[in-house]
Amino acid sequence: MWNRNRKEEDFTPKPVGGPPPAASELAKEGIPMSTLPSRSPEPHHEGGRSAVLGKSVILKGQIISREDLTIDGEVEGSVELKEHRLTIGPNGKVKASVKARELVVIGTIHGDVEISDKIDIRREAKLVGDIKTARVVIEDGAYFKGNIDIVRQEAGRPATSTLAPAPAPSTPALKPANQASSASTSSPSALAAGAADGKR
Amino acid sequence: MKTSAELETRTSRGLEQFCASLDGRAGLKILDLAGASQSTISFVTGQGHSLYSEDFMMQLEECFGEGGFNENQADPVSAERFLQGALGFPPDGFDGALVWDVLENLGSGLLMRVVARLHAILRPGASLLALFHAEEQKAPAPAFSYRIQDRRTILMTPRGARRPVQFFNNRNLERLFQDFQSVKFFLTRDALREVIVKR
Repeated sequence: MWNRNRKEEDFTPKPVGGPPPAASELAKEGIPMSTLPSRSPEPHHEGGRSAVLGKSVILKGQIISREDLTIDGEVEGSVELKEHRLTIGPNGKVKASVKARELVVIGTIHGDVEISDKIDIRREAKLVGDIKTARVVIEDGAYFKGNIDIVRQEAGRPATSTLAPAPAPSTPALKPANQASSASTSSPSALAAGAADGKR
Repeated sequence: MKTSAELETRTSRGLEQFCASLDGRAGLKILDLAGASQSTISFVTGQGHSLYSEDFMMQLEECFGEGGFNENQADPVSAERFLQGALGFPPDGFDGALVWDVLENLGSGLLMRVVARLHAILRPGASLLALFHAEEQKAPAPAFSYRIQDRRTILMTPRGARRPVQFFNNRNLERLFQDFQSVKFFLTRDALREVIVKR
């Protein structure tokens, strides 16, 4: 009772540098790919930024990202996040080879997967393809068909020395001829090459 | 012994023999037809081997239908599609196979083709672990999904009920695996016959 007014005051939002976007705005499907704070089912604890490929996006081609990425749409081709985490959201359907530091699968992957640290395959997930990783966690109910090869990590070095090097930072993103404007990204570190279609 | 409401464990001499056949070697390729599970993955990869997971029963049910799939298995086109999907591996690719109880659920024609395919994809000297009911089942019996807890213990997760399509006695089993080098039986208290077959 004593501190009632005080408490209300404490919890009053204090905008700094302009009003932040409303949560509903961030979550709506109208933002298929962005570097807004992640809305993925897997919270990111590292405080880093994360790109999101929304569930209404279909992308054919090559994705190279130098930040964490959540795919909740459809991707066909290849996905490479050398030092970062890739999350395949519940609506995500990836038909691609995947290289990343860490992988969380809630949706579907068809393709070989090479992960330098850890793969987390959740209950609802479906993964068909061969896995090379240092660690794997698979929940009961997850569907996995393929080979699992555990690559022991050398001290102080990532396990997968066979990871292809990331392209030079100056490499421009290849613009597909029929790339839909809704599938653009504001992130300078997420490059997508190929064809992307916004599906409404 | 029940460890939780769902999971049962059983001590397995067959599994112990299977693991012994892999001892002293690393980097082997093991095929597991029970579908992926954390415990089997951890166990096999912990021994330094790679593991190929395949949910054979799920493929079988998807291909031939859950109910009355005995007759459907006779269709040669479906059978070939199933074999390609479930066991479409190059020859001599595996050093061991965990087949569990799946062979009981195959009709005669498909069974022979599956065993021939297993023979082809295993390297000479490789071991295969299979389980068979030691008594004929007149009614659907509880079915399980099998996982490895340790080299002597199998974890069993209930997976509905099924009546095995075929019943095998020792003689049938010897005939079934006649192209293999040897067949070794372990009869257990719970009327489950564990079989180690050497390619």
